[in-house]
Amino acid sequence: MKTAKFIVVLAGLATVHLSYADGDASEGKALYRNYCTQCHGVTGDGKGVNIPDMAVLPRDHTDTSEMSARTDAELTKAIKHGGKAVNKSVLMPAWEGNLNDQQVANLVAYLRELCCNK
Amino acid sequence: MKFRFILSIALYLCGVSVQTFGADALAWTAATCGGCHALQDPLYDQKPVDERANRKAPPLFYAGNKFRRDWLVSWLQKPDRIRPAGYFPPAHVVSGPDGDIVDETSLQQHPDFTQQEAVRAADYLMSLTPYTARLDEIEYAPGSISWKMGNLNFGKFRGCDACHRDAPDFGGVSGPELYTAWDRLQPKFIFSFISNPAAWDAHTLMPHVELNPAVVKKLADYLKVNGEDEE
Ligand code: HEC
Ligand code: HEC
Ligand code: HEC
Repeated sequence: MKTAKFIVVLAGLATVHLSYADGDASEGKALYRNYCTQCHGVTGDGKGVNIPDMAVLPRDHTDTSEMSARTDAELTKAIKHGGKAVNKSVLMPAWEGNLNDQQVANLVAYLRELCCNK
Repeated sequence: MKFRFILSIALYLCGVSVQTFGADALAWTAATCGGCHALQDPLYDQKPVDERANRKAPPLFYAGNKFRRDWLVSWLQKPDRIRPAGYFPPAHVVSGPDGDIVDETSLQQHPDFTQQEAVRAADYLMSLTPYTARLDEIEYAPGSISWKMGNLNFGKFRGCDACHRDAPDFGGVSGPELYTAWDRLQPKFIFSFISNPAAWDAHTLMPHVELNPAVVKKLADYLKVNGEDEE
């Protein structure tokens, strides 16, 4: 009885955890196209259509070694609060006012796919 | 009011049909522009975000709260491109050897209209004012700012130039050009849109950032000074 209850609780925790932290990369891909490719590029290589007059170039999201060095929490912070919040350029906007937490998690999941699932 | 009534009767008696502004202006605009532009509130906030990718043109259902009438009349006769990468940039941008570029062949030229048609459309569009109360709440007295300070603020400090051109040959291309913004847009609209783009469009592609009114005023004043400079 006790073990069964324990397993139920564990299973419950696992689902809660999943629905909170896990983003959907394919949803993220659609959001990335709308909001991010203008600077980060249609392939995510950092060479978006806006860059010719930009003083700081957007991060290359396909750069495996740089991107692997970031935690999900760091990426989330940069997306929600902008470059300034992570000591980077103001040219990286804050998207908290446009995107909810689930959408940001979807974007982070897609960034992981872009950088490291080749 | 009374004068117009008497004038109408006088004209009517003379056999001139008075074109009262209403049903036929609506029908003409709906038929000529409605295939691309939303003339009624599409309730974007109640749809999933991917609706943005399917829009053909900017919504015009609040045009009377956004544009200057004079600008509408002249632009509709000679519509220069406002968004260098189109209304939905991802649909018009392709990867090139030195980075992404706009695929010019994918961009359509806006239809142009005769002066009479332009006046008719402008008058109709100026009657579409669902957000007058929102603009009435804004206290913005356009003022002056040194071009240099304003330019630094718009570019270096706030990063607006990543997406917007403030000169024909400088700035990003994913947003509407802003060097003619002062001629095109009502001052209070500019102020309101910078303060709260998401209130105007739930799926706006512009980052919605909390800015205090003094900062917004500086940005709007810069668009004024910069726009007047352009002439
Ligand atoms: C207006 C241009 C612009 C847009 C739009 C933009 N970015 Fe950025 N982004 C930048 C720039 C520039 C940098 C690099 C900042 C630096 O290195 O100082 C950056 C950096 C980042 C970083 C930090 C990477 C690191 O090195 O830690 C992340 C994460 C990021 N962007 C994600 C996104 C996502 C997701 C979107 C879309 C929701 C987006 N960006 C939209 C310009 C942009
Ligand atoms: C074939 C589709 C199409 C038709 C028909 C059309 N438009 Fe447009 N219109 C567009 C597109 C696309 C843009 C964006 C152009 C740009 O940014 O350069 C636009 C831009 C505009 C703008 C500027 C909007 C803004 O927010 O910057 C106005 C005003 C306008 N159109 C009015 C009209 C009127 C009035 C008619 C009918 C008399 C009309 N249009 C017919 C596609 C169309
Ligand atoms: C990531 C790109 C981006 C950045 C950064 C950005 N904007 Fe925008 N802005 C847009 C887009 C795109 C639109 C058109 C609305 C839409 O399509 O959602 C717009 C619309 C506007 C408009 C209304 C113009 C019109 O004709 O409709 C003004 C004014 C404006 N922006 C000012 C600013 C200012 C000031 C800043 C800096 C604080 C800024 N923008 C930063 C992308 C951006």
